[in-house]
Amino acid sequence: MKGSFKLGLLVTIAAGSTIMMGVANSQDSLPAGVTSIKVATPYKGSPLDEIISGWHFRASETQSLQQDDFDNPGYLWVDKGESLWNTVDGEAGKSCASCHNEAAKSMKGVGAEMPKWDAKLKRPLTMEQRINSCRTNNMKAKAWKWEADQMLSMTAFVRNQSRGMPVNVQVDGPMKAWAEKGKEVYYTRVGQLDMSCANCHEANYGKHIRADHLSQGQSNGFPTYRLKWQKLGSLHRRFKGCMKNIRAVPYKRGSDEFVAMEIYLAHRGKGLQVETPAVRN
Amino acid sequence: MMKANSLIAGCAAALMTVMAGSALAEATKPDMVKIDDNKVKSSLTGIKGNAADGKKWFANRKLGNCLACHSNKDMTSKPFHGEIGPPIDGVADRHSEQELRAILVDSKTVLGKETIMPGFYKIKTGARPAKKFKGKTILSGQQVEDIIAYLLTLKE
Ligand code: HEC
Ligand code: HEC
Ligand code: HEC
Repeated sequence: MKGSFKLGLLVTIAAGSTIMMGVANSQDSLPAGVTSIKVATPYKGSPLDEIISGWHFRASETQSLQQDDFDNPGYLWVDKGESLWNTVDGEAGKSCASCHNEAAKSMKGVGAEMPKWDAKLKRPLTMEQRINSCRTNNMKAKAWKWEADQMLSMTAFVRNQSRGMPVNVQVDGPMKAWAEKGKEVYYTRVGQLDMSCANCHEANYGKHIRADHLSQGQSNGFPTYRLKWQKLGSLHRRFKGCMKNIRAVPYKRGSDEFVAMEIYLAHRGKGLQVETPAVRN
Repeated sequence: MMKANSLIAGCAAALMTVMAGSALAEATKPDMVKIDDNKVKSSLTGIKGNAADGKKWFANRKLGNCLACHSNKDMTSKPFHGEIGPPIDGVADRHSEQELRAILVDSKTVLGKETIMPGFYKIKTGARPAKKFKGKTILSGQQVEDIIAYLLTLKE
């Protein structure tokens, strides 16, 4: 199926190659599965005049890898996630599908609203934490590690069901204190280089810092496939990388600080469409 | 007569060497450097900066890494000049040695506390400094002096 589709596509591209090239280089080109990479009129109180996906700032070779799912190396992980969705694991003898059936229906929109408040635990859960909660409580299976291949595959698969949908995370009610904590972490200067996330991603996006073209540091494409990592990686892995670069001790994956920052960052990107799995350099 | 003169000259030279040596041993400690009127008056080490070394520290990613943020026409052979700060070209026409020293030691005092530019000879850093860098300045006093010597060559 896929093979023949790809072949068909290639023929189409070959036939209309001049037109296709034109499209790929124009400003109207878009990543697969979304209709926009910008929010021109951000929510009230946004610190940004316009909200822009990280895709916009990448070189055209990197962008092109995300324009077609067949070229997107992250899609292999989505496919792996789909097979795990249907795989029985744990003492309860269940798979995700046993309870949630078809992910395309049951999980549509879920990834656009993560992290979400968990009333029982009285705290927000990220996608990773939510999945592990289902594995340990509902499947009687072992929790996956944050950066394990299975976890990356499953988070990519579930979030991919929301591709093209606008990010919209709750920041009122019980989530308010968490969003505020996240904001504080975001604006705190850390490390020997004494910088906050905002110094680069708010005050200087669109400019080059050495070879890197700075984006707004948005989270709508996560987990993302990074060419540098040669694999998919979680948002918290990226947080750690940025903190290490400014010579700070990063927080741990899944720490309350990173969960809070994930909530706040999702809010900063409110309205951006989910692009999972995005491709970055 | 001749002999006595050269003896005195010899002594003076020896004394100078000792003074320079002790200055090397005791560069002014970062928290003892005084910034007055956006200037740091005297050298951090007492030893003249070496512009050729300063040029290296300017580009070195692990040291000044100034090139990450400032483009520099004197280094066109090196790729990837940053755009975060103003081009460094002609900086010596804009700032005196003493002003440059103050900017490098503690950028925030001179450029404003919002600046992204790090202070390079300063102990107080951001929260959670990595263990390897805790309590250390980004550059040594001599490296700061070397960079200043280099910046002073950049005239337009
Ligand atoms: C025994 C049934 C069961 C199994 C098996 C199960 N879940 Fe769940 N899951 C639930 C229930 C019930 C909820 C509703 C929230 C709750 O637990 O309070 C839920 C909620 C979720 C949510 C949040 C949905 C939302 O609207 O916010 C996600 C995501 C999720 N599950 C993923 C998975 C994945 C991935 C697997 C397999 C690794 C899985 N679940 C296995 C029962 C199950
Ligand atoms: C010294 C500048 C700098 C600082 C400070 C910094 N980052 Fe980054 N960050 C980068 C660079 C460079 C990249 C890669 C290019 C890009 O997307 O901006 C990046 C990428 C990211 C991305 C991936 C964006 C995408 O589209 O995939 C996220 C998310 C991110 N940063 C979050 C943060 C957070 C949170 C902080 C604060 C803890 C932070 N960054 C601090 C330089 C910085
Ligand atoms: C992370 C980015 C960054 C780095 C690294 C950086 N600077 Fe700066 N620098 C700036 C910015 C931005 C300004 C402009 C003031 C402002 O807006 O904060 C500036 C201003 C200056 C000025 C005053 C410029 C003028 O023309 O008046 C000098 C001099 C200077 N920097 C030298 C250096 C040197 C030397 C280094 C390396 C040791 C360095 N900078 C490293 C960002 C940086």
